[in-house]
Amino acid sequence: MIINGVTIDATFAEAFPMKATRAIITAQNEKWAMISAQAMTGFATSVIACGCEGSIERVLDPSETPDGRPGVSIMIFAMGGKGLAKQLETRAGQCVLTSPTSALFAGIDGGIRIPLGKNLRYFGDGFQIAKVIAGKRYWRIPVMDGEFLSEATTGQVDAIGGGNFLVLAESQPQALAACEAAIEEMRKIPNVIMPFPGGVVRSGSKVGSKYKSLNASTNDAFCPTLKGMTKTDLSPEIESVMEIVIDGLTKEDISKAMRVGIQAACDLGADNGIKRISAGNYGGKLGPFHFHLQEIMA
Amino acid sequence: MSALTFTLKHKPDQRVDMSPLACHLLKDLALADIAAITLQSGKRKLRVDELFTIDGSDTQNIIIKNSIAKLDFIGRELDGGSINVSGDAGAYLGMGMKSGEIKVSGNAGLYAACEMKKGYLEISGNAGDFLGAALPGNKMGMKGGTILVKGCVGERAGDHMRRGNILIEGNAGDYCGSRMTAGTIAVMGQTGRYLGYAMRRGTLLLWNQPQLSTSFNDCGTHTLAFLPILFASFKTLNSRFADASTAFNRVQRYAGDMSEMGRGEVLVRK
Repeated sequence: MIINGVTIDATFAEAFPMKATRAIITAQNEKWAMISAQAMTGFATSVIACGCEGSIERVLDPSETPDGRPGVSIMIFAMGGKGLAKQLETRAGQCVLTSPTSALFAGIDGGIRIPLGKNLRYFGDGFQIAKVIAGKRYWRIPVMDGEFLSEATTGQVDAIGGGNFLVLAESQPQALAACEAAIEEMRKIPNVIMPFPGGVVRSGSKVGSKYKSLNASTNDAFCPTLKGMTKTDLSPEIESVMEIVIDGLTKEDISKAMRVGIQAACDLGADNGIKRISAGNYGGKLGPFHFHLQEIMA
Repeated sequence: MSALTFTLKHKPDQRVDMSPLACHLLKDLALADIAAITLQSGKRKLRVDELFTIDGSDTQNIIIKNSIAKLDFIGRELDGGSINVSGDAGAYLGMGMKSGEIKVSGNAGLYAACEMKKGYLEISGNAGDFLGAALPGNKMGMKGGTILVKGCVGERAGDHMRRGNILIEGNAGDYCGSRMTAGTIAVMGQTGRYLGYAMRRGTLLLWNQPQLSTSFNDCGTHTLAFLPILFASFKTLNSRFADASTAFNRVQRYAGDMSEMGRGEVLVRK
């Protein structure tokens, strides 16, 4: 399959079941909601070492938030429910509770309930106040700038992590430009996040390493500087490869995000040095969710 | 299917216990069976059709017409369905109700919604003493749900209240929110003496400056984030509480009752 001169490989992205949650952070203005959201989703690029994958889903208009203030929706994904709950609570406590003027609300009403402000309330040292409003429990925790308001719980749902595609280009700037265009379009799709810095990862990994202590190492088959010294997947003209990883609530959400992302990259086309779109997988043996690129783009 | 309507034929000599006529108790009963139910009135037992003419058949939607203040225990422990009372209701209206909706076009007597657990009670007129309170000797009043009173309420509204909302468009009598454990009482009118007497936790939300006892301490003026969410939850009510122009989020906060646990608060609109 070729789109605008860009070859779409007959391969698939292999993804795994994860647990996900969403929270809404509001603040006096968008600037401070964003600061808090960025802090909460910082160091959350990969479950390999961060414990979770998280990112900002989108900016919310005041009319969309529970307290009518500007807000930001964030999503966090982890391999299990326990790990997710721990990450959520730790991050909420250190990054939102601490952030001036912030308030924290559930972003998923259904699902298994996991603590949001339920345990953070103890920071109130007995001065905290519970309010049940329209069936939802909120905690009012006295803090130095006034009160930190947090919904007690949010929802945890089954989700999918590890959807991905690779952009192979003739130069590093061209690969990055294509990924930026892709991310811009993908951020318009709800229920997905691209957890790596700016949504793009340049250090895609393979399973295993020559070093016993490591269980992941550089994906040498896609490293352009190793073309002459390893079993490469790259043709001579490819000088740079970048990857976009997608976590989403459903297979459909990820497929949709991949489609608009790949399309945006392909729109730049071969004339702008974009040569191939590929994807990372483990031969289909590890992850139950397979996103076939050519099916998605059909 | 039209609402099951009980129209009072004449004023009974004694008070009447209406608790058998709750929606959940009448479910699947034929009209003849409903007519044969007996209601305690003083030391007599009266058949329902002695007191009321009965029309309609929807047992989950009951209307009581020509109601007077001698009809006690209307909607007692109501568990689903709706009861509309045209006229006044007696004492213990909606006592211990678990879910559903009761609306009264007139006034209600003592202990309305006492020990209510969930659901919605609307009184268009006034309510007597001990609205949403605990029964004498009990330690837990209203545990959930919403009460809306468009008129005024008597003394001890929300006594021993544990959770839920009591919304009063008019005035509240003395000892409003006494011995509250938690929950919210909002009063748009004036409040009486001994407001929040011995309250442990909970919120008294006021539109007018109250006469506070010395065991309430001023915590200053604040903008509280939970208030817009609270007011937004009133939006669907047929009430002045639903009017956005009555909402506020800037309040003077008083903590008390310091002679008790002192974790309660009186919030007065600024």
